[in-house]
Amino acid sequence: MGKYPVLKPREVAAVLPVQTGTIGHTRWVKISHWIVAFSFMTLAFTGFVILMAHPRLYWGEVGNDLTPALIELPISRNHRHGGWEKSAPFFQDAPSAVSANRTYDIFNKNSWGRSLHFLAAWFLTVPGAVYLLAGIVTGHFRRHLWLRVGEFAPRLVWQDLIGHLRLQIQPATGGPQYGLLQKYAYCGVVFLALPLAVVTGLAMSPAITASYPFLSGMFGGFQSARTIHFFTAVVLVLFLFVHVMMIVKSGFKRQMRAMTFGRIR
Amino acid sequence: MKTSRLINRRHALITGLTSVSGLLISGCSRKLPPTYGNILRMGDTLTYAAHRALLAEQSLAREYSHKDITSFPAIGTTDPGDPSKPRSSETYRRLQSGAFAEWRLAVEGLVARPGFYSLADLKRFPSRTQVTRHTCEEGWSAIAEWTGVPLSRVLDAAGMLRVARFVSFYSYDGWADCIDMLDALHPQTLLAYGMNGQDLSVPHGAPVRLRVERQLGYKNMKYIERIVVRDEFDDGGKNGSIQNGWSWYTGI
Repeated sequence: MGKYPVLKPREVAAVLPVQTGTIGHTRWVKISHWIVAFSFMTLAFTGFVILMAHPRLYWGEVGNDLTPALIELPISRNHRHGGWEKSAPFFQDAPSAVSANRTYDIFNKNSWGRSLHFLAAWFLTVPGAVYLLAGIVTGHFRRHLWLRVGEFAPRLVWQDLIGHLRLQIQPATGGPQYGLLQKYAYCGVVFLALPLAVVTGLAMSPAITASYPFLSGMFGGFQSARTIHFFTAVVLVLFLFVHVMMIVKSGFKRQMRAMTFGRIR
Repeated sequence: MKTSRLINRRHALITGLTSVSGLLISGCSRKLPPTYGNILRMGDTLTYAAHRALLAEQSLAREYSHKDITSFPAIGTTDPGDPSKPRSSETYRRLQSGAFAEWRLAVEGLVARPGFYSLADLKRFPSRTQVTRHTCEEGWSAIAEWTGVPLSRVLDAAGMLRVARFVSFYSYDGWADCIDMLDALHPQTLLAYGMNGQDLSVPHGAPVRLRVERQLGYKNMKYIERIVVRDEFDDGGKNGSIQNGWSWYTGI
């Protein structure tokens, strides 16, 4: 730690590449941003609706009301999972798997909830894949998003973090170049969280995992994939809150105009 | 001479467009479920078409070992013979009291030899036993061992006609559903009469339930009464999943 000199914010700005001058968002970034944003909000909402039908999370391949849960979320009346008839063992030997009949009507809006979830998922995956491809081909990622070796320096991260915690947010630039924590957050969402949400989603599909069993295998099973899917969604929703807060702090109107119509003056 | 080339750009364009439109036309045939102009149903059909186009046709769902068997909730209809419960059936109650000796599975529609199969008839076919995961649309899962006759064997015996595209199922508790030929002829698609080494119990769909291992739980219809082979998609009307707001294809 000692070998890093203490830098003032102005000096930090000088170290980071191309901090001066801003370029507006390109058209494909603006379009894909809003498609993905609206599809993500739909996915988060319908995902919550789907979770309400069975607000219990498990690890491994299997979990149900007759097996212990990893986490029970106190949402919807279903979380009490009561209302079962006396259970009957399948086998003679002592700790046997059992069967039990459900006796109550649970809350379940998965009919439209799941269909809407998967419709929105098409709008996330297809434009998302186009965005990733365009980002690589045009050099957008390399120039604006990808972290450089120097940007992993703990001192720089610390300086930017302190600045953010004091809510000293730079005024809107309406596009790249991005700040350090901003890059960390965007890289995390674009290259880790959203792809992980998609892959854990695919890992829950009975048809897709029949063709590609490694998908659920790599997460340790169907229920593990479901649990990771949930926590990834939580991280993404937290990102959305912070992202919107930063937009508000740095000039809501200017930022929205920049992401919707083009570069700001 | 440029004109003497076997394939020039114009030919390539024309051939390409023709083959793409050929694909589009086949995609619009009646093999696809109706969307009713409903945007959610369009999404369901897109997912179905994508799965059928991109996934291996006869890939097997994972099979587990006997020690992986877990507890298994019985939900929905758990006893159609109990008149105090919803979706009960007087016919089912009578069959149940006779230990299903009088139960007959009707196989009809586009088959050369329509007829009825008793439980003993079904058990005379070569059987298949598989330990698979049941994945409920609610979010839970359970592993059980299923024994039954592959549906393809019964369809073969009935002499299914070449024009057949879908197989519809009707149950004693009043549900109707159908699967496409890819799932119907899949080696793991069973008419199951055994669960975890015992006869299938009433809460889990006695005497015979369907196992469609590459789709969600609710496609695995319990208490099967009748099978109809069709060349057109049939949504089952008000007894089917679509008109109750649920997706027909649940391989998702």
